[in-house]
Amino acid sequence: MATKQSIFTIIENSRLTDTVYRMVLEGDTSAITGPGQFVNIRLEGRFLRRPISVCDYDATTLTILYKVVGAGTAQMAELPEGDVLDVLSGLGNGYDLTDAGDMPLLLGGGVGVPPLYRLAKDLIAAGKKVTVVLGFNTAEEVFYEDEFRALGACVTVTTADGTRGVKGFVTDALPTDYSYFYTCGPEPMLRAVYKATAISGQFSFEERMGCGFGACMGCSCKTITGYKRICKEGPVLRKEEILWED
Amino acid sequence: MGRLSVNLCGIEMDNPVIPASGTFGFGYEFAALYDINELGTFSFKGTTKDPRFGNPTPRIAECTAGMINAVGLQNPGVDKVIAEELPKLKKCFHKPVMANVSGFAVEDYAYTCQRLDAEEQVGWLEVNVSCPNVHGGGMSFGTQPEAAAQVVKAVKAVTTKPVIVKLSPNVTDIVAIAKACEQAGADGISLINTLLGMRIDLKTRRPIIANKMGGFSGPAIFPVAVRMVYQVAHAVSIPVVGMGGVSTAEDVIEMMLAGATAVEVGAANLVDPYVCRDIIRQLPAVMDRYGITNLRDIIGGVQ
Repeated sequence: MATKQSIFTIIENSRLTDTVYRMVLEGDTSAITGPGQFVNIRLEGRFLRRPISVCDYDATTLTILYKVVGAGTAQMAELPEGDVLDVLSGLGNGYDLTDAGDMPLLLGGGVGVPPLYRLAKDLIAAGKKVTVVLGFNTAEEVFYEDEFRALGACVTVTTADGTRGVKGFVTDALPTDYSYFYTCGPEPMLRAVYKATAISGQFSFEERMGCGFGACMGCSCKTITGYKRICKEGPVLRKEEILWED
Repeated sequence: MGRLSVNLCGIEMDNPVIPASGTFGFGYEFAALYDINELGTFSFKGTTKDPRFGNPTPRIAECTAGMINAVGLQNPGVDKVIAEELPKLKKCFHKPVMANVSGFAVEDYAYTCQRLDAEEQVGWLEVNVSCPNVHGGGMSFGTQPEAAAQVVKAVKAVTTKPVIVKLSPNVTDIVAIAKACEQAGADGISLINTLLGMRIDLKTRRPIIANKMGGFSGPAIFPVAVRMVYQVAHAVSIPVVGMGGVSTAEDVIEMMLAGATAVEVGAANLVDPYVCRDIIRQLPAVMDRYGITNLRDIIGGVQ
Protein backbone atom coordinates (compact mmCIF):
# COMPACT_ATOMS: atom_id res chain seq x y z
CA MET A 1 0.00 0.00 0.00
CA ALA A 2 2.60 2.52 -1.00
CA THR A 3 1.49 5.97 -2.06
CA LYS A 4 2.93 7.16 -5.36
CA GLN A 5 2.95 10.63 -6.88
CA SER A 6 3.28 10.69 -10.65
CA ILE A 7 2.18 12.40 -13.81
CA PHE A 8 -0.60 10.86 -15.91
CA THR A 9 -1.78 11.80 -19.40
CA ILE A 10 -5.49 12.02 -20.18
CA ILE A 11 -6.20 9.66 -23.09
CA GLU A 12 -9.99 9.75 -22.83
CA ASN A 13 -12.45 12.11 -21.10
CA SER A 14 -15.95 11.27 -22.30
CA ARG A 15 -19.49 11.83 -21.12
CA LEU A 16 -21.51 8.78 -20.02
CA THR A 17 -24.66 10.53 -18.77
CA ASP A 18 -25.74 14.12 -18.18
CA THR A 19 -23.33 14.47 -15.23
CA VAL A 20 -21.11 11.35 -15.18
CA TYR A 21 -17.84 11.21 -17.13
CA ARG A 22 -15.23 8.56 -17.83
CA MET A 23 -11.57 9.55 -17.77
CA VAL A 24 -8.80 7.20 -18.82
CA LEU A 25 -5.33 8.17 -17.62
CA GLU A 26 -2.04 6.79 -18.88
CA GLY A 27 0.91 6.52 -16.48
CA ASP A 28 2.54 4.49 -13.75
CA THR A 29 -0.19 2.45 -12.05
CA SER A 30 2.21 0.23 -10.09
CA ALA A 31 1.05 1.58 -6.72
CA ILE A 32 -2.49 0.29 -7.20
CA THR A 33 -2.87 -3.04 -5.45
CA GLY A 34 -6.56 -3.93 -5.79
CA PRO A 35 -10.18 -2.89 -6.33
CA GLY A 36 -11.69 -0.23 -4.06
CA GLN A 37 -8.63 2.01 -3.84
CA PHE A 38 -8.68 5.64 -4.98
CA VAL A 39 -6.49 8.28 -6.58
CA ASN A 40 -6.14 11.91 -5.51
CA ILE A 41 -5.91 14.32 -8.42
CA ARG A 42 -4.44 17.81 -8.38
CA LEU A 43 -6.29 20.39 -10.48
CA GLU A 44 -4.97 23.74 -11.65
CA GLY A 45 -6.15 26.52 -9.33
CA ARG A 46 -7.73 24.20 -6.76
CA PHE A 47 -5.98 23.90 -3.41
CA LEU A 48 -7.00 20.39 -2.37
CA ARG A 49 -6.77 17.32 -4.58
CA ARG A 50 -9.90 15.45 -5.74
CA PRO A 51 -10.18 11.92 -4.35
CA ILE A 52 -11.81 9.60 -6.91
CA SER A 53 -12.24 5.82 -6.80
CA VAL A 54 -10.49 3.67 -9.38
CA CYS A 55 -12.98 1.94 -11.71
CA ASP A 56 -10.41 -0.18 -13.53
CA TYR A 57 -6.69 -0.31 -14.24
CA ASP A 58 -3.99 -2.22 -16.06
CA ALA A 59 -0.20 -1.87 -16.21
CA THR A 60 -0.24 1.51 -17.95
CA THR A 61 -3.74 3.01 -17.63
CA LEU A 62 -6.36 3.68 -15.01
CA THR A 63 -10.03 4.50 -15.51
CA ILE A 64 -12.11 6.72 -13.26
CA LEU A 65 -15.81 7.53 -13.53
CA TYR A 66 -16.70 10.83 -11.90
CA LYS A 67 -19.81 12.89 -11.40
CA VAL A 68 -19.81 16.65 -11.85
CA VAL A 69 -20.93 17.87 -8.44
CA GLY A 70 -19.00 21.11 -7.98
CA ALA A 71 -16.50 23.47 -9.51
CA GLY A 72 -13.59 21.00 -9.32
CA THR A 73 -15.29 18.15 -11.13
CA ALA A 74 -16.78 20.65 -13.62
CA GLN A 75 -13.21 21.72 -14.36
CA MET A 76 -12.19 18.07 -14.83
CA ALA A 77 -14.98 17.60 -17.37
CA GLU A 78 -13.45 20.37 -19.51
CA LEU A 79 -9.95 18.86 -19.63
CA PRO A 80 -8.86 17.84 -23.13
CA GLU A 81 -7.17 14.58 -24.07
CA GLY A 82 -3.40 14.99 -23.98
CA ASP A 83 -3.43 17.15 -20.83
CA VAL A 84 -1.35 15.89 -17.92
CA LEU A 85 -2.41 15.55 -14.28
CA ASP A 86 -0.46 15.20 -11.02
CA VAL A 87 -1.95 12.10 -9.38
CA LEU A 88 -1.36 10.39 -6.04
CA SER A 89 -2.17 6.71 -6.57
CA GLY A 90 -2.30 3.56 -4.48
CA LEU A 91 -4.41 5.27 -1.84
CA GLY A 92 -6.65 3.53 0.65
CA ASN A 93 -7.40 0.03 1.71
CA GLY A 94 -9.69 -1.54 -0.91
CA TYR A 95 -12.00 -4.55 -1.00
CA ASP A 96 -10.74 -7.85 0.41
CA LEU A 97 -11.73 -10.73 -1.88
CA THR A 98 -10.88 -13.57 0.49
CA ASP A 99 -14.30 -13.85 2.15
CA ALA A 100 -16.35 -13.54 -1.04
CA GLY A 101 -17.60 -17.14 -1.12
CA ASP A 102 -18.90 -18.63 -4.39
CA MET A 103 -21.76 -16.20 -5.05
CA PRO A 104 -20.86 -12.66 -4.01
CA LEU A 105 -23.35 -9.82 -4.39
CA LEU A 106 -22.24 -6.32 -5.42
CA LEU A 107 -24.49 -3.35 -4.57
CA GLY A 108 -23.70 0.04 -6.10
CA GLY A 109 -25.58 3.31 -5.85
CA GLY A 110 -25.02 6.15 -8.33
CA VAL A 111 -21.45 7.36 -8.29
CA GLY A 112 -20.68 4.49 -5.89
CA VAL A 113 -20.88 2.08 -8.83
CA PRO A 114 -17.37 2.62 -10.33
CA PRO A 115 -15.12 0.75 -7.83
CA LEU A 116 -17.40 -2.31 -8.10
CA TYR A 117 -16.45 -2.71 -11.76
CA ARG A 118 -12.87 -3.82 -11.12
CA LEU A 119 -14.08 -5.81 -8.12
CA ALA A 120 -16.56 -7.71 -10.32
CA LYS A 121 -13.82 -8.32 -12.90
CA ASP A 122 -11.45 -9.77 -10.28
CA LEU A 123 -14.16 -11.91 -8.64
CA ILE A 124 -15.24 -13.33 -12.00
CA ALA A 125 -11.61 -14.03 -12.89
CA ALA A 126 -11.41 -15.95 -9.61
CA GLY A 127 -14.31 -18.15 -10.74
CA LYS A 128 -17.09 -16.59 -8.67
CA LYS A 129 -20.70 -16.28 -9.76
CA VAL A 130 -21.20 -12.53 -9.39
CA THR A 131 -24.56 -10.77 -9.04
CA VAL A 132 -24.62 -6.98 -9.36
CA VAL A 133 -27.42 -4.59 -8.37
CA LEU A 134 -26.94 -1.04 -9.63
CA GLY A 135 -29.18 1.68 -8.19
CA PHE A 136 -29.92 5.04 -9.78
CA ASN A 137 -32.54 7.77 -9.42
CA THR A 138 -33.87 7.60 -12.96
CA ALA A 139 -33.28 5.90 -16.33
CA GLU A 140 -31.18 8.75 -17.75
CA GLU A 141 -28.66 8.39 -14.93
CA VAL A 142 -27.91 4.71 -15.57
CA PHE A 143 -24.34 3.91 -16.59
CA TYR A 144 -22.12 0.82 -16.90
CA GLU A 145 -25.02 -1.67 -16.98
CA ASP A 146 -23.72 -3.15 -20.26
CA GLU A 147 -20.10 -3.08 -19.10
CA PHE A 148 -20.92 -5.18 -16.02
CA ARG A 149 -22.93 -7.57 -18.20
CA ALA A 150 -20.00 -7.90 -20.60
CA LEU A 151 -17.86 -9.11 -17.70
CA GLY A 152 -20.29 -11.99 -17.22
CA ALA A 153 -22.07 -10.68 -14.12
CA CYS A 154 -25.80 -11.14 -13.54
CA VAL A 155 -27.00 -7.50 -13.51
CA THR A 156 -30.16 -5.92 -12.09
CA VAL A 157 -30.81 -2.18 -12.35
CA THR A 158 -33.07 -0.30 -9.96
CA THR A 159 -34.37 3.25 -10.34
CA ALA A 160 -36.09 5.23 -7.62
CA ASP A 161 -38.73 6.46 -10.08
CA GLY A 162 -39.17 3.12 -11.84
CA THR A 163 -38.18 4.42 -15.30
CA ARG A 164 -35.73 1.52 -15.71
CA GLY A 165 -35.52 -1.94 -14.15
CA VAL A 166 -36.89 -2.57 -10.69
CA LYS A 167 -38.67 0.42 -9.12
CA GLY A 168 -37.10 1.34 -5.81
CA PHE A 169 -33.64 1.05 -4.24
CA VAL A 170 -30.94 -1.62 -4.40
CA THR A 171 -32.39 -3.11 -1.23
CA ASP A 172 -35.64 -3.78 -3.17
CA ALA A 173 -33.77 -6.08 -5.56
CA LEU A 174 -31.71 -8.27 -3.25
CA PRO A 175 -31.42 -11.85 -4.55
CA THR A 176 -32.50 -14.64 -2.24
CA ASP A 177 -29.20 -16.49 -2.34
CA TYR A 178 -25.71 -14.96 -2.04
CA SER A 179 -22.58 -15.77 -0.07
CA TYR A 180 -21.26 -12.30 0.79
CA PHE A 181 -21.74 -8.70 -0.32
CA TYR A 182 -19.70 -5.66 -1.31
CA THR A 183 -21.23 -2.20 -1.51
CA CYS A 184 -20.46 1.42 -2.32
CA GLY A 185 -22.87 4.33 -2.50
CA PRO A 186 -24.34 7.27 -0.61
CA GLU A 187 -24.52 6.85 3.16
CA PRO A 188 -28.35 6.45 3.35
CA MET A 189 -28.00 3.53 0.93
CA LEU A 190 -25.18 1.98 2.97
CA ARG A 191 -27.30 2.23 6.12
CA ALA A 192 -30.24 0.61 4.31
CA VAL A 193 -28.02 -2.24 3.05
CA TYR A 194 -26.64 -2.76 6.56
CA LYS A 195 -30.18 -3.20 7.91
CA ALA A 196 -31.53 -5.22 4.98
CA THR A 197 -29.33 -8.28 5.27
CA ALA A 198 -27.98 -10.67 7.89
CA ILE A 199 -25.17 -11.72 5.52
CA SER A 200 -21.69 -10.31 6.08
CA GLY A 201 -19.99 -7.87 3.74
CA GLN A 202 -17.81 -4.83 3.12
CA PHE A 203 -18.79 -1.16 2.74
CA SER A 204 -16.89 1.59 0.98
CA PHE A 205 -17.32 5.02 2.59
CA GLU A 206 -16.96 8.56 1.37
CA GLU A 207 -15.77 11.56 3.42
CA ARG A 208 -14.37 15.03 2.78
CA MET A 209 -10.62 14.56 2.84
CA GLY A 210 -7.64 16.81 3.37
CA CYS A 211 -4.61 14.85 2.21
CA GLY A 212 -5.95 11.41 1.24
CA PHE A 213 -2.84 9.61 2.52
CA GLY A 214 -3.33 9.51 6.28
CA ALA A 215 -1.55 12.64 7.48
CA CYS A 216 -4.22 15.14 8.48
CA MET A 217 -6.92 13.18 10.35
CA GLY A 218 -9.53 15.07 8.33
CA CYS A 219 -11.60 11.97 7.52
CA SER A 220 -11.49 9.97 10.77
CA CYS A 221 -14.40 7.83 11.89
CA LYS A 222 -15.16 5.73 14.94
CA THR A 223 -15.43 1.96 14.49
CA ILE A 224 -15.89 -0.97 16.83
CA THR A 225 -12.17 -1.69 16.43
CA GLY A 226 -11.06 1.91 17.12
CA TYR A 227 -10.59 5.14 15.22
CA LYS A 228 -9.95 4.73 11.49
CA ARG A 229 -9.02 7.10 8.71
CA ILE A 230 -11.36 6.70 5.74
CA CYS A 231 -8.42 7.51 3.44
CA LYS A 232 -5.96 5.04 4.97
CA GLU A 233 -7.55 2.15 6.88
CA GLY A 234 -10.67 2.75 4.72
CA PRO A 235 -12.41 3.56 2.48
CA VAL A 236 -13.56 -0.08 2.79
CA LEU A 237 -14.70 -1.24 6.21
CA ARG A 238 -16.11 -4.61 7.21
CA LYS A 239 -19.73 -4.81 8.34
CA GLU A 240 -18.68 -6.14 11.76
CA GLU A 241 -16.58 -3.06 12.57
CA ILE A 242 -19.00 -0.34 11.48
CA LEU A 243 -20.36 2.00 14.12
CA TRP A 244 -23.14 4.21 12.73
CA GLU A 245 -23.20 7.63 14.35
CA ASP A 246 -26.49 9.39 15.32
CA MET B 1 27.81 24.28 9.45
CA GLY B 2 26.17 24.20 6.07
CA ARG B 3 24.70 27.12 4.17
CA LEU B 4 21.21 26.18 5.30
CA SER B 5 21.92 25.55 8.97
CA VAL B 6 20.32 27.55 11.74
CA ASN B 7 20.36 27.38 15.53
CA LEU B 8 16.93 27.24 17.11
CA CYS B 9 16.97 27.82 20.88
CA GLY B 10 20.37 26.20 21.25
CA ILE B 11 19.83 23.24 18.94
CA GLU B 12 21.62 23.15 15.58
CA MET B 13 19.43 22.31 12.62
CA ASP B 14 20.73 21.29 9.16
CA ASN B 15 18.09 23.55 7.64
CA PRO B 16 15.22 25.69 8.91
CA VAL B 17 12.38 23.68 7.31
CA ILE B 18 9.91 22.09 9.74
CA PRO B 19 6.64 20.38 8.73
CA ALA B 20 4.01 21.88 11.02
CA SER B 21 2.05 19.97 13.61
CA GLY B 22 -1.14 18.34 12.37
CA THR B 23 0.04 18.11 8.77
CA PHE B 24 2.71 15.44 9.24
CA GLY B 25 1.24 12.99 11.78
CA PHE B 26 4.11 11.22 13.54
CA GLY B 27 6.09 11.14 10.33
CA TYR B 28 5.51 7.57 9.06
CA GLU B 29 3.26 8.37 6.11
CA PHE B 30 6.02 10.63 4.80
CA ALA B 31 8.91 8.35 5.79
CA ALA B 32 7.35 5.82 3.39
CA LEU B 33 7.87 8.37 0.58
CA TYR B 34 11.30 9.84 1.30
CA ASP B 35 14.02 10.01 3.95
CA ILE B 36 12.54 12.46 6.46
CA ASN B 37 15.99 12.96 7.98
CA GLU B 38 16.44 15.52 5.19
CA LEU B 39 14.17 17.82 7.23
CA GLY B 40 15.41 20.32 9.81
CA THR B 41 13.00 18.59 12.17
CA PHE B 42 9.22 18.22 12.28
CA SER B 43 6.56 19.14 14.78
CA PHE B 44 4.52 16.06 15.60
CA LYS B 45 0.75 15.77 15.91
CA GLY B 46 -0.65 17.91 18.75
CA THR B 47 -0.61 15.76 21.86
CA THR B 48 -2.86 16.08 24.90
CA LYS B 49 -2.93 14.46 28.35
CA ASP B 50 -5.83 12.17 27.43
CA PRO B 51 -6.68 10.49 24.09
CA ARG B 52 -9.01 12.49 21.84
CA PHE B 53 -11.11 11.53 18.82
CA GLY B 54 -11.66 15.16 17.93
CA ASN B 55 -14.61 16.70 16.14
CA PRO B 56 -17.33 15.11 14.00
CA THR B 57 -16.84 15.07 10.21
CA PRO B 58 -16.84 16.88 7.85
CA ARG B 59 -13.68 18.38 9.27
CA ILE B 60 -12.30 19.80 6.02
CA ALA B 61 -13.47 22.52 3.63
CA GLU B 62 -11.61 23.82 0.61
CA CYS B 63 -11.11 27.57 0.05
CA THR B 64 -9.46 29.73 -2.58
CA ALA B 65 -5.71 29.16 -2.04
CA GLY B 66 -6.27 27.28 1.19
CA MET B 67 -8.44 25.13 3.34
CA ILE B 68 -10.32 25.06 6.63
CA ASN B 69 -9.82 22.23 9.10
CA ALA B 70 -11.62 21.41 12.31
CA VAL B 71 -9.92 18.16 13.27
CA GLY B 72 -10.02 19.07 16.96
CA LEU B 73 -6.72 17.64 18.21
CA GLN B 74 -7.34 13.99 17.45
CA ASN B 75 -4.44 12.13 19.11
CA PRO B 76 -3.85 8.96 21.13
CA GLY B 77 -2.88 10.83 24.33
CA VAL B 78 0.60 11.35 25.75
CA ASP B 79 0.92 7.84 27.26
CA LYS B 80 0.42 6.15 23.89
CA VAL B 81 2.52 8.76 22.08
CA ILE B 82 5.42 7.83 24.36
CA ALA B 83 4.74 4.09 24.40
CA GLU B 84 3.91 3.57 20.72
CA GLU B 85 4.53 6.56 18.43
CA LEU B 86 7.99 7.65 19.60
CA PRO B 87 9.55 4.15 19.43
CA LYS B 88 8.18 3.77 15.87
CA LEU B 89 9.47 7.22 14.98
CA LYS B 90 12.92 6.37 16.30
CA LYS B 91 13.33 3.86 13.48
CA CYS B 92 12.85 6.43 10.72
CA PHE B 93 13.88 9.78 12.24
CA HIS B 94 17.20 10.33 13.99
CA LYS B 95 17.10 14.04 14.82
CA PRO B 96 15.56 15.88 17.77
CA VAL B 97 11.83 16.16 17.11
CA MET B 98 9.57 19.04 18.07
CA ALA B 99 6.84 17.85 20.46
CA ASN B 100 3.61 19.77 19.99
CA VAL B 101 1.49 19.92 23.14
CA SER B 102 -2.06 21.13 23.75
CA GLY B 103 -4.27 21.25 26.81
CA PHE B 104 -7.51 22.29 28.42
CA ALA B 105 -6.10 23.44 31.75
CA VAL B 106 -2.73 24.80 32.85
CA GLU B 107 -2.09 21.52 34.71
CA ASP B 108 -2.73 19.50 31.50
CA TYR B 109 -0.03 21.40 29.67
CA ALA B 110 2.41 20.92 32.53
CA TYR B 111 1.65 17.19 32.84
CA THR B 112 2.05 16.49 29.12
CA CYS B 113 5.22 18.57 28.83
CA GLN B 114 6.75 16.92 31.88
CA ARG B 115 6.11 13.48 30.36
CA LEU B 116 7.59 14.46 27.00
CA ASP B 117 10.52 16.25 28.61
CA ALA B 118 11.78 12.86 29.79
CA GLU B 119 11.95 11.57 26.19
CA GLU B 120 15.41 11.73 24.67
CA GLN B 121 14.04 12.13 21.12
CA VAL B 122 12.26 15.36 22.01
CA GLY B 123 14.33 18.45 21.19
CA TRP B 124 11.84 21.26 21.66
CA LEU B 125 8.41 21.54 23.22
CA GLU B 126 6.04 23.53 21.06
CA VAL B 127 3.22 24.60 23.35
CA ASN B 128 0.05 25.24 21.38
CA VAL B 129 -2.06 27.90 23.06
CA SER B 130 -3.84 28.59 19.79
CA CYS B 131 -5.95 25.66 18.59
CA PRO B 132 -9.20 27.21 17.30
CA ASN B 133 -11.02 23.87 17.14
CA VAL B 134 -11.53 22.90 20.76
CA HIS B 135 -13.76 24.36 23.43
CA GLY B 136 -12.62 25.39 26.89
CA GLY B 137 -8.92 25.29 26.14
CA GLY B 138 -6.57 25.65 23.22
CA MET B 139 -6.99 29.10 21.78
CA SER B 140 -8.54 30.59 24.92
CA PHE B 141 -5.08 30.44 26.53
CA GLY B 142 -3.51 32.21 23.61
CA THR B 143 -5.88 35.15 23.38
CA GLN B 144 -5.03 36.72 26.74
CA PRO B 145 -1.48 37.67 27.75
CA GLU B 146 -1.96 36.61 31.40
CA ALA B 147 -3.39 33.19 30.54
CA ALA B 148 -0.62 32.50 28.00
CA ALA B 149 2.00 33.52 30.57
CA GLN B 150 0.47 31.16 33.13
CA VAL B 151 0.83 28.22 30.77
CA VAL B 152 4.43 29.16 29.96
CA LYS B 153 5.38 29.43 33.65
CA ALA B 154 3.78 26.08 34.48
CA VAL B 155 5.53 24.36 31.58
CA LYS B 156 8.91 25.97 32.20
CA ALA B 157 8.78 24.76 35.79
CA VAL B 158 8.74 21.11 34.68
CA THR B 159 11.07 21.03 31.68
CA THR B 160 14.66 21.77 30.82
CA LYS B 161 14.01 21.65 27.09
CA PRO B 162 13.42 24.78 25.02
CA VAL B 163 9.77 25.85 25.17
CA ILE B 164 8.37 27.44 22.03
CA VAL B 165 4.90 28.95 22.40
CA LYS B 166 2.64 28.67 19.34
CA LEU B 167 0.42 31.73 19.05
CA SER B 168 -2.94 32.41 17.49
CA PRO B 169 -3.48 35.18 14.94
CA ASN B 170 -7.09 35.52 16.15
CA VAL B 171 -6.22 38.29 18.60
CA THR B 172 -6.25 42.07 18.77
CA ASP B 173 -2.60 42.49 19.76
CA ILE B 174 -0.31 39.51 19.09
CA VAL B 175 2.76 41.49 20.19
CA ALA B 176 1.38 41.89 23.73
CA ILE B 177 0.84 38.11 23.98
CA ALA B 178 4.30 37.33 22.58
CA LYS B 179 5.90 39.72 25.08
CA ALA B 180 3.96 38.17 27.96
CA CYS B 181 5.24 34.72 26.93
CA GLU B 182 8.81 36.00 26.70
CA GLN B 183 8.57 37.57 30.15
CA ALA B 184 7.14 34.31 31.53
CA GLY B 185 10.26 32.49 30.35
CA ALA B 186 9.44 31.17 26.87
CA ASP B 187 12.52 30.25 24.82
CA GLY B 188 10.84 30.92 21.48
CA ILE B 189 7.60 31.91 19.78
CA SER B 190 6.04 30.16 16.79
CA LEU B 191 3.31 31.75 14.72
CA ILE B 192 0.83 31.84 13.17
CA ASN B 193 -1.67 29.10 13.89
CA THR B 194 -4.74 29.08 11.63
CA LEU B 195 -7.17 31.96 11.18
CA LEU B 196 -10.70 31.20 12.31
CA GLY B 197 -12.81 30.72 9.20
CA MET B 198 -16.10 29.37 7.89
CA ARG B 199 -17.68 28.13 4.64
CA ILE B 200 -21.38 27.57 3.88
CA ASP B 201 -22.78 25.02 1.41
CA LEU B 202 -25.15 26.87 -0.94
CA LYS B 203 -27.31 23.79 -1.59
CA THR B 204 -27.91 22.80 2.04
CA ARG B 205 -27.40 26.32 3.48
CA ARG B 206 -25.41 24.71 6.27
CA PRO B 207 -21.78 25.20 7.30
CA ILE B 208 -19.57 22.72 5.40
CA ILE B 209 -17.65 21.96 8.60
CA ALA B 210 -19.62 19.97 11.20
CA ASN B 211 -18.10 22.15 13.93
CA LYS B 212 -19.33 25.17 11.91
CA MET B 213 -15.98 27.01 12.07
CA GLY B 214 -12.41 25.90 11.67
CA GLY B 215 -8.85 27.01 11.13
CA PHE B 216 -8.06 28.58 7.75
CA SER B 217 -4.59 27.83 6.39
CA GLY B 218 -2.75 27.72 3.08
CA PRO B 219 -1.06 30.24 0.75
CA ALA B 220 -3.93 32.72 1.22
CA ILE B 221 -2.78 33.51 4.77
CA PHE B 222 0.92 33.95 3.94
CA PRO B 223 0.91 37.79 3.93
CA VAL B 224 -0.87 37.86 7.31
CA ALA B 225 1.74 35.46 8.69
CA VAL B 226 4.68 37.48 7.34
CA ARG B 227 3.23 40.64 8.89
CA MET B 228 2.74 39.03 12.31
CA VAL B 229 6.16 37.35 12.28
CA TYR B 230 7.66 40.75 11.47
CA GLN B 231 5.76 42.46 14.29
CA VAL B 232 6.61 39.82 16.90
CA ALA B 233 10.24 39.31 15.85
CA HIS B 234 10.88 43.02 16.22
CA ALA B 235 9.29 43.13 19.67
CA VAL B 236 10.91 40.14 21.38
CA SER B 237 14.51 39.00 21.70
CA ILE B 238 13.83 35.22 21.67
CA PRO B 239 13.81 33.24 18.37
CA VAL B 240 10.67 33.21 16.26
CA VAL B 241 9.49 30.27 14.15
CA GLY B 242 7.45 31.58 11.23
CA MET B 243 4.59 29.72 9.61
CA GLY B 244 1.36 30.32 7.74
CA GLY B 245 0.91 29.52 4.05
CA VAL B 246 4.55 28.71 3.34
CA SER B 247 4.87 26.51 0.26
CA THR B 248 8.07 27.47 -1.62
CA ALA B 249 11.77 28.12 -0.97
CA GLU B 250 11.09 31.80 -1.71
CA ASP B 251 8.45 31.84 1.04
CA VAL B 252 10.99 30.42 3.50
CA ILE B 253 13.44 33.21 2.67
CA GLU B 254 10.71 35.85 2.97
CA MET B 255 9.70 34.52 6.40
CA MET B 256 13.32 34.61 7.53
CA LEU B 257 13.78 38.17 6.31
CA ALA B 258 10.70 39.07 8.36
CA GLY B 259 12.46 37.69 11.43
CA ALA B 260 11.98 33.92 11.53
CA THR B 261 14.90 31.72 12.66
CA ALA B 262 13.13 28.61 11.35
CA VAL B 263 10.06 28.10 9.19
CA GLU B 264 7.19 25.65 9.48
CA VAL B 265 5.26 24.35 6.48
CA GLY B 266 1.69 23.22 7.10
CA ALA B 267 -1.18 22.84 4.65
CA ALA B 268 1.18 22.44 1.67
CA ASN B 269 2.20 18.99 2.99
CA LEU B 270 -1.37 17.77 2.52
CA VAL B 271 -1.40 18.66 -1.16
CA ASP B 272 2.17 17.73 -2.04
CA PRO B 273 3.70 15.23 0.39
CA TYR B 274 7.17 15.98 -0.99
CA VAL B 275 6.95 19.76 -0.59
CA CYS B 276 9.31 20.11 2.42
CA ARG B 277 11.97 17.92 0.84
CA ASP B 278 11.68 19.87 -2.40
CA ILE B 279 11.88 23.26 -0.65
CA ILE B 280 15.11 22.15 1.10
CA ARG B 281 16.59 20.94 -2.19
CA GLN B 282 15.63 24.17 -3.97
CA LEU B 283 16.88 26.55 -1.28
CA PRO B 284 20.57 26.72 -2.40
CA ALA B 285 19.65 27.77 -5.94
CA VAL B 286 17.14 30.35 -4.71
CA MET B 287 19.70 31.68 -2.22
CA ASP B 288 22.19 32.07 -5.06
CA ARG B 289 19.64 34.02 -7.06
CA TYR B 290 19.24 36.53 -4.22
CA GLY B 291 22.89 36.69 -3.23
CA ILE B 292 22.49 34.86 0.06
CA THR B 293 25.56 32.93 1.25
CA ASN B 294 24.21 31.57 4.53
CA LEU B 295 20.55 31.45 5.51
CA ARG B 296 21.31 32.33 9.15
CA ASP B 297 22.65 35.72 8.00
CA ILE B 298 19.28 36.90 6.69
CA ILE B 299 17.16 36.35 9.83
CA GLY B 300 15.28 39.60 10.43
CA GLY B 301 17.16 41.19 7.55
CA VAL B 302 14.22 43.13 6.10
CA GLN B 303 15.29 46.74 5.58
